[in-house]
Amino acid sequence: MTTLKVNGHEHQIDADPDTPLLYVLREDLKLNAAKFGCGLGQCGACTVIVDGNAVLSCVTPLLLVAGKQVTTLEGLGTVTSPAPIQRAFIEEQAAQCGYCISGMIMRAQALLQKNSKPTDEQIRAELEPNLCRCGTHMRILRAVHRAAKLMQTADASTTRAERSVQ
Amino acid sequence: MASSRIIGSAIAAVVIAGAVAAFAVTWRPAIAAIEPPAPQSFDPALVKRGRDLAAMGNCNDCHTARGGKSFAGGVAVPTPFGTIYSSNITPDPDTGLGRWSEQAFRRAMRAGVDREGRHLYPTFPYDHFTNVTDEDDKALYAFLMTRQPVNAPARANQLSFPYDRRLVIAGWKLLFLRHGSWQPDSSQSAEWNRGGYLVEGLAHCGSCHTPRNGLGAEQSGKSFAGGDVENWHAYAINAQSPAPVPWTVDALSVYLRSGAHPDHGVARGPMAEVVSNLSSVPESDVHAIATYMGSVFGAPSPDRLRRGEQALASVKTRASTQASAAPAAGADDAGAAIYAAACASCHDAGRPVPYGGVNLRLSSGISGPDARNATNTILSGLRAVPGERSPIMPPFAASMNDAQLVALLKYLRARFSDQPAWADLEKTVAEARHTQTSALQTSPGPRNAPAEPAQRDKP
Repeated sequence: MTTLKVNGHEHQIDADPDTPLLYVLREDLKLNAAKFGCGLGQCGACTVIVDGNAVLSCVTPLLLVAGKQVTTLEGLGTVTSPAPIQRAFIEEQAAQCGYCISGMIMRAQALLQKNSKPTDEQIRAELEPNLCRCGTHMRILRAVHRAAKLMQTADASTTRAERSVQ
Repeated sequence: MASSRIIGSAIAAVVIAGAVAAFAVTWRPAIAAIEPPAPQSFDPALVKRGRDLAAMGNCNDCHTARGGKSFAGGVAVPTPFGTIYSSNITPDPDTGLGRWSEQAFRRAMRAGVDREGRHLYPTFPYDHFTNVTDEDDKALYAFLMTRQPVNAPARANQLSFPYDRRLVIAGWKLLFLRHGSWQPDSSQSAEWNRGGYLVEGLAHCGSCHTPRNGLGAEQSGKSFAGGDVENWHAYAINAQSPAPVPWTVDALSVYLRSGAHPDHGVARGPMAEVVSNLSSVPESDVHAIATYMGSVFGAPSPDRLRRGEQALASVKTRASTQASAAPAAGADDAGAAIYAAACASCHDAGRPVPYGGVNLRLSSGISGPDARNATNTILSGLRAVPGERSPIMPPFAASMNDAQLVALLKYLRARFSDQPAWADLEKTVAEARHTQTSALQTSPGPRNAPAEPAQRDKP
């Protein structure tokens, strides 16, 4: 049994320690926002936040995250009460097929938690490991800028999960 | 301590006195400023040749800052004596080489003196460039003087006393700068001689791969025995090479030109920029470099050959590297578990390099004398190179803590090399994490393309 903290809740996970975090999230916890893309840490679709940093959950085995704080897209906000970054992505319509978007949002969220006013260049550099094959990049860039503004006004730089914990 | 202070002052006095004497012998006058020559005044064929030479000299690596304009300088070069910033070598008349005559450029290359007559720090590797011919200096000058001028004033170096005095450089030169350190050998082939001229001169391989003494000069008698560069270890590339499979001329030629070889893995860290530059120069020159280096490596001993063949055979069958195999002696289970869970899907998958990870039994990073290169690579991964096909490895800095990384490194060393355990892994890991964090924000990323892709096919 491994203790895993996800979105503010502790879970006892009955899985091999070498199971990728992504599989645990999707199969055991039914948190399906993080996507399986390449399984090799090369596309970013599986990105989640671990202790404040963006992490590729498909190449992160369970044994490396035991005891650490994991945040997934589900931990940011809900359909009725989206987090600022989710609102920004919706308002900019920054998704086409949407497969990459959970990963994009999580990496952007991790960036904004460290740097509340990133430049275009910093956003591009940060999101470089995340691939989008539809080509919504310009909208994603605008969405991250919009999220930065929303967070400044809404004091919402922390995630819903972290707020509920506090 | 008063006595140590007195000794310190005495040493400083001797250093300064020596430097003054040295200055008297090494003083150079200013060379008159010229009107910046028009780019059209240079022969396009000469400019093209200069471009290839500049790529072999890796000029862009030190003289182009991340996100900055090509050749505009400003790259911080950390040294044991402080930080030195590279200069602007674009033809800008006020802050670059615009008012330098060809004679002034040649003198800088040969003797490490700028146009005004000031001694240049040997971070600019004139101890090698002194071997470059007049003809090649002419081509390099033509190339640089036809670049886009950029107004970028030099950044002030941050050096401690007495190294902040340029007089000291004069003394350094008397001690360590040898003109004509490369001499052709008529008993060798023309290709070997071409390679030697490049390696010992413009390509300045020894600047990173030869260990330096307390005053920052390459140690004589230890050529290519391995050195340090930007928190990486530059492997020994002589008979002491840690490569599990001995290098051959053909393997080296492929590696230097493509950045990867199936028996060795991929070139990353500071070497990434070097192979990126070499990918764009005449193949014959890269083969010449490999030919010369082949004789520097020397013929491997029968024992080394045998161990190399063993490593290759075990990789082919993958028998000894299967993740399910029992952990190696000296490593704890945590490292084995991390390897099996996080690394094996690429490094033990049998997919060819550069897109599959190299089998770590073949990696110099694992069999090398210190763990820095392996640690840096695990922490930062290998970022995709924009616009090129290149190896990618995900970074693990955010998912592994120091203890997990130490356990993994211990395991990798014990399992995939026949070398003794690395000492002080905790310290290596802590330092690597610190420097990687800052380096990631400041240093240029690897690029498998020439400094100016637009110039690739143009003179």
